[in-house]
Amino acid sequence: MPRVVRPGLRKELFANPIDGLVSVLLITGVGAAGYGLIHWAFGQAQWVVIQANSTLFAVGRYPIGQQWRLWLLVALLAAATGLSWGALRGLPQRDRPIRAVWPRNDRIAAIVLVALCCWAPAALGLAWPIQARWWGLTALLLVLRWLAGRYASRLGKVATLGLPLIWPLLYLVGMVLIGGGLGLVTVGANEWGGLLLTLIEASFAILLSAPLGVVLALGRSSSLPLLRWGSIAYIEFIRGAPLITLLFLGQNILGFLLPGGLAPDRIWRAAWILTFFSAAYLAEAVRAGLAAVPRGQLEAARSLGLNLPQALSRVVLPQALRIALPATVGQFISLLQDTTLLSLIGLLDLLGTARSVMANPLYLGKSAEVYLTLAVLFWCCCAALGLGSRALERRLNPPSLGR
Amino acid sequence: MAGRLSASPPWWQNRRLVPWLVQGAVGLGILVVIAFLLGNLVRNLSAAGLLLSWRWLGQPASFDIAESLLPFNASEPYWRGLLAGLVNTLRVVGLGLVGATLLGTLVGSASFSSNGLVKRLARIYVEVIRNIPLLLQLVFWYFVVFLALPNGEAAIQLPGIVLSKSGLFLPGFEAGFHWSGPSLVDGVWQAPLRFTPEFGALLTGLVVYTGAFIAEVVRGGIAAVPKGQWEAATSLGLGPLLSLRRIIIPQALRVIVPGLNTQYISLAKNSSLAVACGYSDLYSVAETSLNQTGRAIEVIVILLAAYLAIDLAISLVMNGLNRLVQIKER
Repeated sequence: MPRVVRPGLRKELFANPIDGLVSVLLITGVGAAGYGLIHWAFGQAQWVVIQANSTLFAVGRYPIGQQWRLWLLVALLAAATGLSWGALRGLPQRDRPIRAVWPRNDRIAAIVLVALCCWAPAALGLAWPIQARWWGLTALLLVLRWLAGRYASRLGKVATLGLPLIWPLLYLVGMVLIGGGLGLVTVGANEWGGLLLTLIEASFAILLSAPLGVVLALGRSSSLPLLRWGSIAYIEFIRGAPLITLLFLGQNILGFLLPGGLAPDRIWRAAWILTFFSAAYLAEAVRAGLAAVPRGQLEAARSLGLNLPQALSRVVLPQALRIALPATVGQFISLLQDTTLLSLIGLLDLLGTARSVMANPLYLGKSAEVYLTLAVLFWCCCAALGLGSRALERRLNPPSLGR
Repeated sequence: MAGRLSASPPWWQNRRLVPWLVQGAVGLGILVVIAFLLGNLVRNLSAAGLLLSWRWLGQPASFDIAESLLPFNASEPYWRGLLAGLVNTLRVVGLGLVGATLLGTLVGSASFSSNGLVKRLARIYVEVIRNIPLLLQLVFWYFVVFLALPNGEAAIQLPGIVLSKSGLFLPGFEAGFHWSGPSLVDGVWQAPLRFTPEFGALLTGLVVYTGAFIAEVVRGGIAAVPKGQWEAATSLGLGPLLSLRRIIIPQALRVIVPGLNTQYISLAKNSSLAVACGYSDLYSVAETSLNQTGRAIEVIVILLAAYLAIDLAISLVMNGLNRLVQIKER
C-alpha cells in the first residue's frame, strides 16, 4: 500500500502538541491567504491594465518604426545567453565530471523558459506574429545552449577567453542599436522608458562601477597614505548618504559643477550617479576579498620578480575577486533594485512608467495589479542573478578551495 | 663608474621615490579636478545669482507639513520646517529600528525551529522580500494596502484600536489624565493617538524590508555558534533556556551586532524614500524647500550632514554595544 503521508512530514509538523498547534494555525493562515490571492488574481483583478500597456512597460515611448532594432538586440542577447550558459555548463566542475549535456537543473530551467515563452506572450494578449517571435527567440537560446554545451570543451581556451568578451562587445552594439548612430536614426535618451531604461541604467552602472570599485578597493588597501585616505573619504562619503539625496544632487548640482553645455542630460546624470554610488559599495566587497587573500601571496609574487601591477593582476586579484563574487553580485542585485529610485526624480523607468500609467483615469485603482506584476518581474530578475552567481561560484572555485 | 650605475636600480624602480611620485601625481590630479569643479560652481552660481547664503533659512516657508510632531505652519521659517522634517525622520527611524529588530530576531530564530513549516516560511519570507525593491514595497503598502482600508463605520475595529483608511487610532491620555479610546464623530474617527496611513505604510515597509535582512544577520549569528556549545551546555546540566541565555546568545551577539549596525544605518538611509508614500520626512521637506528657493547647494549640504549625523549616532551606539559583547581578553 502506498504511504499517503510522507514519513518525515509527521515528525516535521506534528512532533509535539505545540508544534502541531503552530502547524495547524500556520497552514490555516497560509491557506486562507493563498486562497484569497488566487481568488483575487483570477476573479477580481483586471489584468487588462497590463495587457493594454505592455509595450509601454517594456520600452516606454520608443518610436514604433525603430522597434525592430530592439528585437534584433533581444535576439543577440538570447544568442549570447545561450552560448554563455552552454559554455559555462561545459566547463569542468570541481570534482564532478560532466556527464550529461542537460543536467537536471538545466532541464528544469529550459522547461521553465519554454513554459514562460508559451504562457507570457499569450497572457499579455500579444498578436500572433509577436508571440511567434518570442518562440523563435527561446528556440534560438536553447539551440545555442545545446551547441555550446556540446562543443565548448573542444574549443578550450577560445571559449573561456572569448565568452567574457562577448558581453562588453554586445553592450556597445546594443547601445548603438538602442540610441542610433552609425547610419541608424537617433533615438534620444528621453524616448527610452520602462524596462528598457531600467536595464540600460543598471547595466551601464554595473559595467562601469566594477572597475571603479576594484580601483577604489586597491586604493583603500594601499600603503600610500594619500591613496588610502582619498579612497576612504570617497567611499565613506558615498556610503553615508542615501541614494536619493545623491540622485537629487546629480539632478540639481551637476549642472553647476560642469561648464555650460557639458553636463549630460537627466538620464545619463542618473546613470553616472548610480555608477559612482555602486562603486563605493563594490569597493567594500572587493576590499573584503583582498583582506581574505593572505599577505604571503603578494610577498611571494613580488619575490618571484613580478612588479606590483603584475603581482596584483596575476596573483592577488584573481583570488580576491573570486572570494568577493557573492558580495559583488549581491551589490549588482541591489543596484538593479535601486534603479526604481529613478522614478522619484521623474524618470520613466519601470516604476516611473507604472506610476504614469496609473495616473491615467482609465486605470485608476488598478495599482494592485501593476505593482504585483512589477514585483514578480523584479523578483525573477534578482533571483535569477542570485542563482547564476551561485552556479558561477561553484565552477570558479579551484579544486583546492572549499574542500 | 658604469658598473656602479648599472648596479643601482633605475629611478622608476626606486622604492622611496616611486611612492612619492605616484602620490604626487594622484594628489595633483585630485586637486586639479576639485579646482575645476569648484571654479565652475562659483562661476555658474554667481551667474545665476545663487552664491552661497543661509539667509533664506529664516524666511517664511509658505508650505505646510501634513503631519509633524513639532507644531509647524506655513508662516514659520524654513529652518523650522526642516527641523520638523528631521523629527519626522527620527520618529520613523526610531520605531523602525525597534520593529525591524523584533521581526528580524523572530524570523531569524524561526529558521532554527524544529517545525519544518515554520522554517520554510521564514526562508520564503526572506527570499521574497530581499528580491523586491524597497520602493516598490513602499508604494505597494501605501496604495494597495493602507489606502484600500475601509473608512468610517466599516473600519477594522478591535477593542481600543481602530484601523481605517484615515490611519491607525490608538487609545491614550487626553486633556489631562482622561483615558479615552477612538470614537466616531460625524463619520470621522478621532483618538488621542493617531498614526497616518502615510506613516503607517512607510513604517510597515521599512520594518518588513529591514526585518528580512536582520533575520539573515541573526540566522548567521546563531549558525556561527558551533553545535558543540549546545551539547556542552546540555551536558553541564543547563536547560534549553538557560543555555540559550548564558551560552548561545552571548556568542551569537558577537557576530550579530556588527551586522545589525549595517542594517540599522541602511534603514535610516532608506527612510528617505518616505516621499514615495507622501510622508513629510527630512528629504521631502528639503525637496520642497529647494523647489521654492532654488538653493540647491545649501539644501544638499543640510541633507548630507543630517544623514551623516544620524549614521554616526547609530554607529556610535552600536560600536559601544559591540565593545560590550566582544570577548574580553585580559
